[in-house]
Amino acid sequence: MTAEGGVQYSKIAEIKGPLVVVDDVDSAAFDELVEIETNEGERRLGKVLEVGNGKAVVQVFEGTSGLSIAGTNAKFVGKVMEMPVSKEVLGRVFDGLGRPKDGLPDPIADKFVDINGEPMNPEQREYPKDFIQTGVSVIDGLMTLIRGQKLPIFSGSGMSHNLLAAQIARQASVVGKQDDFAVVFVAIGVQYSEAEYFRRSLEESGALKRSVLFLNTADDPAIERIITPRVALTVAEYLAFDLGMHVLVIMTDMTNYAEALREISAAREEVPGRKGYPGYLYTDLSTIYERAGKLKGRKGSVTQIPILSMPSDDITHPIPDLTGYITEGQIVVGRDLFRQGVYPPINILSSLSRLMKDGIGEGSTRADHSEVSNQVYDAYSRAQEVRALAGIVGKAGLTEIDLKYMEVGDIFEKEFLTQATDENRTIEETLDLMWKIVSKLPKNEITKIKDKYVDQYYKGE
Amino acid sequence: MAAQGRIVWVSGPAVRADGMSEAKMYETVSVGNSKLIGEVIRLTGDVAFIQVYESTSGLKPGEPVVGTGNPLSVLLGPGIIGQIYDGIQRPLKELSKASGSFIGRGITTTPVDMTKKWHFVPTVSNGDEVSAGSIIGTVKESELIDHSIMIPPDHKGGKISNLVAEGDYDLETVMATTEKDGQTIELKMYHKWPVRKPRPIQKRHDPTIPLLTGQRVIDTFFPIAKGGTGSIPGAFGTGKTVTLHQIAKWADSQVVVYIGCGERGNEMTEVLVEFPHLKDPRSGKPLMDRTVLVANTSNMPVAAREASIYTGVTIAEYYRDMGKDVVLVADSTSRWAESLREMSGRLEEMPAEEGYPSYLASRLAEFYERAGRVQALGSPDRNGSVTLIGAVSPSGGDFTEPVTTHTMRFIKTFWALDAKLAYSRHYPSINWMNSYSGYLADVAKWWSKNISEDWLDVRSQAYAILQREDTLKEIVRLLGPEALPDEEKIILEVARMIKIGLLQQNSFDDVDTFCSPEKQFKLMKLLVDFYNKGQQAIKDGASLADIRALPIISLLLKARMDVKDDEMSKLDKLDADMQEQFKSITGVKVTN
Repeated sequence: MTAEGGVQYSKIAEIKGPLVVVDDVDSAAFDELVEIETNEGERRLGKVLEVGNGKAVVQVFEGTSGLSIAGTNAKFVGKVMEMPVSKEVLGRVFDGLGRPKDGLPDPIADKFVDINGEPMNPEQREYPKDFIQTGVSVIDGLMTLIRGQKLPIFSGSGMSHNLLAAQIARQASVVGKQDDFAVVFVAIGVQYSEAEYFRRSLEESGALKRSVLFLNTADDPAIERIITPRVALTVAEYLAFDLGMHVLVIMTDMTNYAEALREISAAREEVPGRKGYPGYLYTDLSTIYERAGKLKGRKGSVTQIPILSMPSDDITHPIPDLTGYITEGQIVVGRDLFRQGVYPPINILSSLSRLMKDGIGEGSTRADHSEVSNQVYDAYSRAQEVRALAGIVGKAGLTEIDLKYMEVGDIFEKEFLTQATDENRTIEETLDLMWKIVSKLPKNEITKIKDKYVDQYYKGE
Repeated sequence: MAAQGRIVWVSGPAVRADGMSEAKMYETVSVGNSKLIGEVIRLTGDVAFIQVYESTSGLKPGEPVVGTGNPLSVLLGPGIIGQIYDGIQRPLKELSKASGSFIGRGITTTPVDMTKKWHFVPTVSNGDEVSAGSIIGTVKESELIDHSIMIPPDHKGGKISNLVAEGDYDLETVMATTEKDGQTIELKMYHKWPVRKPRPIQKRHDPTIPLLTGQRVIDTFFPIAKGGTGSIPGAFGTGKTVTLHQIAKWADSQVVVYIGCGERGNEMTEVLVEFPHLKDPRSGKPLMDRTVLVANTSNMPVAAREASIYTGVTIAEYYRDMGKDVVLVADSTSRWAESLREMSGRLEEMPAEEGYPSYLASRLAEFYERAGRVQALGSPDRNGSVTLIGAVSPSGGDFTEPVTTHTMRFIKTFWALDAKLAYSRHYPSINWMNSYSGYLADVAKWWSKNISEDWLDVRSQAYAILQREDTLKEIVRLLGPEALPDEEKIILEVARMIKIGLLQQNSFDDVDTFCSPEKQFKLMKLLVDFYNKGQQAIKDGASLADIRALPIISLLLKARMDVKDDEMSKLDKLDADMQEQFKSITGVKVTN
């Protein structure tokens, strides 16, 4: 990632926050890559945010600490930031700007690709509908993951989202038609221990040599986090669309990304939107999430599981909120279930997979899947209502049918939702468990399933 | 003379260029060496402020900016139907030919194939006097669309001469000329129209005919009229897009314009994949034959997102002017408002609420005002309509945010999506207490004339049950259901049945996805009858447990999926069975 040539300027007008304003610039392009050289000869990377009237505003990825007005040089490289890609990236570890972090040399590049990517032409997308069996019942049964989908995990601090994401990464990679798969793991401002947990988990399952890791840990420069998901997705797109692999991208934690973006926006004195985040947060996030998908005439796919921790578990906070508007559903980790010791503590009522409807049913999972999942959702939602009611009037005030629903709620959580971190259930097992729940209800409560499936699978009295 | 200037400043989609004193407001310009498309949005001295519709990455000060002399316009003529455009009417299919799977920059294309030949049938003769908007002939554009070739609305009219005979012509052929005041004007099968200028009309009519969408909660409870305006706000995951797709699929309009404005790429792909296989329930022809898509997904340039709404509505007005009913669905107007906010921020304008520009409300008003049922210009006399339906994506699901509150001022039908309903998988999650329709009284006439005279009465009864339930729920929450007497418990029971058997609709079920007005009414009538019978039965001494045990209940709840639109007699059978079963329980009690 070092650059040859370019135009050098040494008149620094201003340094504020992550920004450096360079004066007397007569040739710089918007978005151009910039190399900043400090007094001590240290080199840092940045890019042009704004250029004109002889000034260029440069965002320095590695922070401005230690830079001075005198003696700092800015070299405009003459191209946008690019990531070298090749098959050799598999099994490698990179830092948040895409530079090797494992002590090995730069991989030999097959080509250099603009890290910002270009928007996929919607007309050229292939509608995703291949079911991924994660082996986690609650996901496979009720919020099915589809190849090419972007399905985030909304969690809160301290909860077991990492365990879940690692379990998905391990289990989703080994099942299926033995297609070429790869995992791209992107750490954005997380603690070293979390990143290490993922690395070890991939190693133990033997998936490490099919993985690429990008690590920006909590002690790495914050502004670098703007770049980390982009270099990682550039690699993911290359693996998927040039090499035909099915790539699962896990990005954690997108909240840190949004905070870095806010920092830059504040430094530029932009008019803020909600909670100080820039008004373009939605658009900016979409340029990351929309890089998931499948393309016509190409074999591979990019599936994204971004993880974000909701500040004070608030799903209406701008980061989860805008994410939910872009992604194709969400898996919500619930504090109540987590406190009860349930794993995976997924709150199914607020979770959803938008692409599920086309990826399940006859030929992929089973014909009754959609209807039985509707019934389970309905039953669990009724169970929650009854539980709330029981909290007020006591069990004695409940009708017989209400009590049935309460029982269903308990079975759902104990037998279906709960699962060991190394337990890999097939879709048949999952569906049978769902029928077991539904069969606890009297037949006339089953309003969402056609009679032919009830006749075939219902095991109640 | 076209303006020729130089870039002096670049920041994201915003560019300033000097030497632009010739430029006009809202003129389109070509920006930089790679000839990106932009639009002038502010002029100060000789500096033009330009929003660029493509990514400006790599753009440098000093590069040229050249004016085109024209405002941002769309090309209107045969070949639009079935297309998928970006926000500035570039066909995405053509873009993919030029740049593959990803969208490249600086690509110029024509919105429709100019060389394709269309079979033109003239409807006027040489020597006829025509005026602006008059139809001179028709072209079969798709299985479902007879495309009228019209004199442009800004044309001053005159006498037709040199009219071509019936036959196959391409778009550049001169079909006729008009003469007036010694001036000859050539007419082709297409013309251009600036997107920010509403197409003129003769006069407006009141919207009184319902737009039937086949969705029960919409048609029966919160109807929208042809030429009306509606808004569908909801937090993520509440099913906005599915509801909009349902409207686009099943609405009884001749043309559907679907604008994916700052939304997901896969959603547009879904429409593209699904619509050609879906059949219009009325004509049996593929739905794509009446659909136009404008796709400016969230990751595509933000300025083109701002334009996409206008591109779409201008296309809609064009088909309206042919005398067609057009539905325009915009998903989502919030993303459009955000693009306004982003450009406003870069212009360093003083922000109003939440950073949105102060002109947000007036822009929304202008947009929704382009809806209407109208008599078109010119001859022959014809009426068409544009119905505008905009999704709103309120941040955090909070309906008090600026885009939702301003939108509510300019629309008449409000379908409030409710996260709680969606969480319990009640779809469509349109909340019946918070939604409203200003067209109810207007469209009631249509229903009583075409479906049943007591439509409004039955609907009011059904709605009253839901309202009663809402108040009773409060009591249940405090005291438990056993605190209520049987005649109130049955309200809860029937309200539940109305929710499951009528309000809920499974858009993925082959039968349930579309519901004819007859079936809607009959289902509703059955449930209201059930309620009245139930109350009577309780008065006659039956217990609620007896009523709950009636086998008819589960059949009533599944009728929406079990009974096809052409099997109305099955519903009559249910009605007869219901009467019988009620007789049996009250009968038993009387003999006791």
